[in-house]
Amino acid sequence: MGATAPARSFSRKFRHQLLAMGLAAPALVLMLVLLIGPVIMVAVISFTDYSLGDPDFAWVGLDTYDEMMADDIFRAAIFNTLIYAAIVIPGSVFLGLGAAMLIESLSRGRAFWRAVYFLPVMSTLIAMAVVWEFMMNARFGMVSQVLTFLGFEAKNWLQEPETALPVLCLIAIWQSLGFNMVLFMAGLTSIPRDYYQAAAVDGVSGAWDRFWLITWPLLTPVTLFVVIITAIRSFQIFDTVHVLTKGGPDNASMVLVYQIYQEGFEFFRTSYASALTMVFLGFILVLTLVKIFAVEKKVHYQ
Amino acid sequence: MAEVSISNIEKRFGDVRVLKGVSLDIADGEFVSLVGPSGCGKSTLLRIIAGLEMQDAGSIGIAGDPVDRHRPADRNLAMVFQSYALYPHLTVFDNIAVPLRMKSLNRLERTPFLRLASGGYRTKADEIDRAVRDAAALLDISHLLDRKPGQLSGGQRQRVAVGRAIVRNPMAFLMDEPLSNLDAKLRVHMRTEIAELHRKLGATFIYVTHDQAEAMTMSDRIAIMMDGEIIQVGTPDEVYHAPVDIRVAEFIGSPKINTLTAEVSTDGRVSLDGTDIGMQARNVIGPVSLCFRSEEAMLLPAGQGRVQGIVRHVENLGAELFVQVHQPEQDRVLVVRTGRGDGWTEHLGQPVGVDLSLQDVKLFNAGGRVIDAGLDQPIGMVAANG
Repeated sequence: MGATAPARSFSRKFRHQLLAMGLAAPALVLMLVLLIGPVIMVAVISFTDYSLGDPDFAWVGLDTYDEMMADDIFRAAIFNTLIYAAIVIPGSVFLGLGAAMLIESLSRGRAFWRAVYFLPVMSTLIAMAVVWEFMMNARFGMVSQVLTFLGFEAKNWLQEPETALPVLCLIAIWQSLGFNMVLFMAGLTSIPRDYYQAAAVDGVSGAWDRFWLITWPLLTPVTLFVVIITAIRSFQIFDTVHVLTKGGPDNASMVLVYQIYQEGFEFFRTSYASALTMVFLGFILVLTLVKIFAVEKKVHYQ
Repeated sequence: MAEVSISNIEKRFGDVRVLKGVSLDIADGEFVSLVGPSGCGKSTLLRIIAGLEMQDAGSIGIAGDPVDRHRPADRNLAMVFQSYALYPHLTVFDNIAVPLRMKSLNRLERTPFLRLASGGYRTKADEIDRAVRDAAALLDISHLLDRKPGQLSGGQRQRVAVGRAIVRNPMAFLMDEPLSNLDAKLRVHMRTEIAELHRKLGATFIYVTHDQAEAMTMSDRIAIMMDGEIIQVGTPDEVYHAPVDIRVAEFIGSPKINTLTAEVSTDGRVSLDGTDIGMQARNVIGPVSLCFRSEEAMLLPAGQGRVQGIVRHVENLGAELFVQVHQPEQDRVLVVRTGRGDGWTEHLGQPVGVDLSLQDVKLFNAGGRVIDAGLDQPIGMVAANG
């Protein structure tokens, strides 16, 4: 008995681990094949001169990255992506918060307004982009007609260098506001009513004071989460650019992911697209780290 | 400091009448407890006084003025919540300072950085600082001022909540079950502290609790609420010794009051199990509830006394013993208090007699109201036996 007991416990432990690995395997394999593998491949390709369809490639070290540094289009893409994020993040976060608080304060019709604001999130962005294109059309678009009626000059907003990017920002805010609103609504309902009542007794009578004393500080975890999510989605902007402007006019709306697409699938410069992808990955990585450290460690009060 | 008057308050939640015309006048500096079982409307009444809830009818007056149209912020009351509701992102100091900042600073002075533009800010900030530190010293939490609520124990949070209430000299203090989140030992300790605080401040306290012991130990007067009505208001002595309703008698006191069924004959004689007990009741005929407390009875050897039963269990509290006497026929348990060393522990499972101190016995009619009754001979314990 004494001799067989350890052997049995060893085999049980082994079986236990085998089972655990077996259960984790499908997810692990998928992650390796679809996520980690491709990332490694892309990193490797970015150090070569490979282009799609080429039978051969040569190692070129950091040459591709050097080329990227000197590339005006790349600089425009980075600059535009950052501007885009700088407008879309505060826009959709604060409007989302505002919509959430307005709807929460309603005594009736909450479900209706929630649906109204959430509809753009559920619709297909590409289809909606086409609708926006029609609305922005200089001659028969609704927006232009209203502006003309009000005495302004109608332009083809998506083809003007000054307005192309702002219009894309507007569409993005319109589209992501509802999603942020839903997250904020969840955050708002999780704030105990007691705080507001204590504040009311403590002499806090105005909505403004109430917001700064309770709502805003207690929403901090949600707000940070929403900001990070919106930031990551902003960096990923592609569909509206592809449908509406193709990065134009004159690269005025060129963004990082669209440049990756162009280089990789229109010019077939796979190695250059890979190097761009590594830059993009860097941005997302930084945001993810911020999320992990700021959101998950710092802003919980309990 | 002020008196609070509650007159004919009505409140409905949907079809449920939570408060059915409640009236109560609370004197300046008085400590009044609203006590009753869950759902009796006591918390709702407190929240109506605070202005957090709107009554459907009736009026609340503070210092003689009706405040029904005033927002909670303008009623100048302080409230301690069951959950304490301490702002989790603020330090203890800031939590206590909130009511003062709201009262004495204007909007500019409450805004970071911009406040420096205001000439009077420094002096006001110094006053607030002093008031907060005074309140903290009074409650013995000065060493906690830099902590956040999440770092405090339950008892410390409770003190901070009280600190936030006392810091600005309100007209009255409203407390909504402030001790129910504490463990039993701390709860007993905090009872003393709150009673002391009341004596020190001399302020009006309205204290809501479901725990009759809290109400009994701290209050000047107790208002017992049942089903949306106040059924009795009185000093702890009055509600304990002279309950007007059987629900009051059963709610107040621990262990629960003993209830027997007695019979009143047409000529007003009270009899228990067919034996006349020498009492005369007025204005009632038929079955009545005869109630006595555990200390208003004594144990006798089997066969003696008015009630017979079997010792089922003895609760030993050290200084005193509560003997549970089971009456198998009625399936009823009576609790009788005896002194230590009376030897009843050995009688477990044995028959025993119980006699009542008749001058303390209360009679209640079928509707639960107390009955006017008198003894034939006003004497002490009647060891009536053959």
